[in-house]
Amino acid sequence: MALLQISEPGMSTAPHQHRLAVGIDLGTTNSLVATVRNGVPQCLQDDDGKLLLPSVVHYLPDGQIVVGRKAQATQATDPRNTIISVKRFMGRGLKDVAHVETMPYDFVDAAGMVRLRTVQGVKSPVEVSAEILKDLRLRAERSLGGELTGAVITVPAYFDDAQRQATKDAARLAGLNVLRLLNEPTAAAIAYGLENASEGVYAVYDLGGGTFDISVLRLSRGIFEVVSTSGDAALGGDDFDHRLFCWILDNAGISLPSDRDSRRLLMKAREVKEHLSFDESVPIRLSLDSGDEVDLVIDRQVFVEITRPLVDKTLRPVKKALRDAGLSPEDVKGVVMVGGATRMPHVQKAVGEFFGQTPLTNLDPDTVVAIGAAMQANVLAGNRAADEEWLLLDVIPLSLGIETMGGLAEKIIPRNSTIPTARAQDFTTFKDGQTAMSFHVVQGERELVADCRSLARFELRGIPPMVAGAARIRVTFQVDADGLLSVSAREVTTGVEARIEVKPSYGLADDEVAGMLKSGFEHAQADMERRGLAEQQVEAARVIEATEKALLTDGTLLNDTERAALDSALGALRDAAAGNEVRAIKLQLEAFNRASNEFASRRMDKSIRSALAGHKIDELRI
Amino acid sequence: MIDLKQDYFALFGLVPAFSIDMERLEQAYIDIQARVHPDRFAHLSDTEKRLSMQWATHANEAFRTLKSPLNRGHYLLELRGVDPGFDTNTAMAPDFLMEQMEWREALGEATDAADEDALDDLSRRLRQNARALEAELARQLDEAGDLEGAADSVRRMKFLEKLQHEINDALTALES
Repeated sequence: MALLQISEPGMSTAPHQHRLAVGIDLGTTNSLVATVRNGVPQCLQDDDGKLLLPSVVHYLPDGQIVVGRKAQATQATDPRNTIISVKRFMGRGLKDVAHVETMPYDFVDAAGMVRLRTVQGVKSPVEVSAEILKDLRLRAERSLGGELTGAVITVPAYFDDAQRQATKDAARLAGLNVLRLLNEPTAAAIAYGLENASEGVYAVYDLGGGTFDISVLRLSRGIFEVVSTSGDAALGGDDFDHRLFCWILDNAGISLPSDRDSRRLLMKAREVKEHLSFDESVPIRLSLDSGDEVDLVIDRQVFVEITRPLVDKTLRPVKKALRDAGLSPEDVKGVVMVGGATRMPHVQKAVGEFFGQTPLTNLDPDTVVAIGAAMQANVLAGNRAADEEWLLLDVIPLSLGIETMGGLAEKIIPRNSTIPTARAQDFTTFKDGQTAMSFHVVQGERELVADCRSLARFELRGIPPMVAGAARIRVTFQVDADGLLSVSAREVTTGVEARIEVKPSYGLADDEVAGMLKSGFEHAQADMERRGLAEQQVEAARVIEATEKALLTDGTLLNDTERAALDSALGALRDAAAGNEVRAIKLQLEAFNRASNEFASRRMDKSIRSALAGHKIDELRI
Repeated sequence: MIDLKQDYFALFGLVPAFSIDMERLEQAYIDIQARVHPDRFAHLSDTEKRLSMQWATHANEAFRTLKSPLNRGHYLLELRGVDPGFDTNTAMAPDFLMEQMEWREALGEATDAADEDALDDLSRRLRQNARALEAELARQLDEAGDLEGAADSVRRMKFLEKLQHEINDALTALES
């Protein structure tokens, strides 16, 4: 559809009111930042005119941290302190990470998430990712000339709760206000769908550096509805490099290379893989520190054969996603290819054969995710013009459940449920007089808890003593629009309320994140405070502006007394925002939120009624 | 004020019945989500974000319930005060139980033989069966007012759904 930008009277599309918002594709190999400028989505360049920021972070002994191309250039000389593909470690324990034996890092197996010991101390993957995000934030702020209102960060659709939470924490640590976590294939679908005015069922095949996603979407008149999604959060271009790396070792007769030689061989493997997309055969020549000389030639056919199991492995989730959607390959109108690894001809061929059609490769597979994220960020920041309306309905990739007797997982929210969603289930006591109950929250499709991912454990105490089976403990799962879970439990038969709310985490506690925020050397105390104040002032200004606008259109929903109360709360907020007290603004914001609750409810109600009224008019016409 | 507890049919402006116009349901769902979805409120106050999340969650749950014939049938029975008793009422007609056993046997054989075609065929036959049950349920609920019969149909549909899940799981297991 052609998106004409016509502003609604009184809507803020004046340039000075345009809120700076970006979309960030935090990739395994490369990362990008994009924004919508004058209605046109575009990726932002660094000072050297480059769009792609290699997702590489180098920790130097003098406390410096180098990110991107420069870090990439030195990775073979200081592999232990140069972290590549850190996305593979996000929200993951050491046992979950493949090929650790060939990685040149000093791993520390911490509870929940693996850490890396560097010359600057032990770093969590969240901190490493935050360095990449910070680099992109600074690039965007330089390029756009101001502080960002917020960012949409993309994640693989198949990321579980721990990986999503880790990504969100990394963004917070980088000083970004996260407007939304957006699934990568969905971001690509937005960019593709809006550009081509697509209608019908589309599949997005997204093979990145370290992750594979397949999403099936139904596109119609500005609605992007994800029907099903599947994937493999540990399968990507890196694995193709690794196969080639092993082939080189085998054929050159090298065993147990040093860390530095390993990294150089891996870099060579990646380079050769890229060449094989264009050339039928590629020479591999390399002199190693060990004195070994590599002098080989590889044919594309050999590469295709050694990586065939990986390509086949991507087709399994494709079949599963189609089955979950209740569709066959023939029902799919187009297959959008995303991610640098889809440049490999044999990947395109396998996907083409499976769907019986040539995949769509007309969009740059490297930038399309960031572009889609920027378009979403623009909408979320409130910059959207009145008729630029489109709606995104996404799903959770993996079922969420709770452990029951015998180590079985009871699914509470099934995979592919549209978010936000909430579901409750009742459980009961096992013994007479039982006053506490412990819960184990898991994510995954398998029946046994041991085969699922453990997200959180918590206890509900203070259950009144009753005979076994009499208590009713209602456990409620809520998944928000970022795909993040919160769980609460309460006893419902008696008046006594024992209630607990948990946010699953991955061993990185909230105060730990707060500690990292403080210790970041770029975030000196004064900087933190300045940023905190600015954030609160922006938030207050946003609320005041939105409320004034709402009062203009819907002021009649309030009677005089209610109106006076709201006006007075608004005045108090305005006064606080004019000052420099972070706490005062915060308190007034909270007070205002309470005071405006009724007004907001009535507006929502009016809006829904008018949606339904629109319907009845349609019916009368028929 | 629209009540979050009002029935799902009313939310979408539909008359409570088993036979519904799916296109109208979908359109009403989209129209409501277009107004309440959290993406519309990301730049607004916490109060509005919270309300939006509640409403969007509610609309998703309502749509999920009415979209699936099994859930819709179950929900209609609930509205009319009938509990199909999935866990308690297992008394099924002998012919249905016989049929169940045959299905399970066929599923077991196909799984053991790793026969993808047989599983696909089973899945197709199951869907045909489910459609016949839906037609019967529509008659029971919308015309005959036969709530007891409807409860029985819903229980049967529940069995078929479980079986369908098992077939899907078997197919997925074959592929990996």
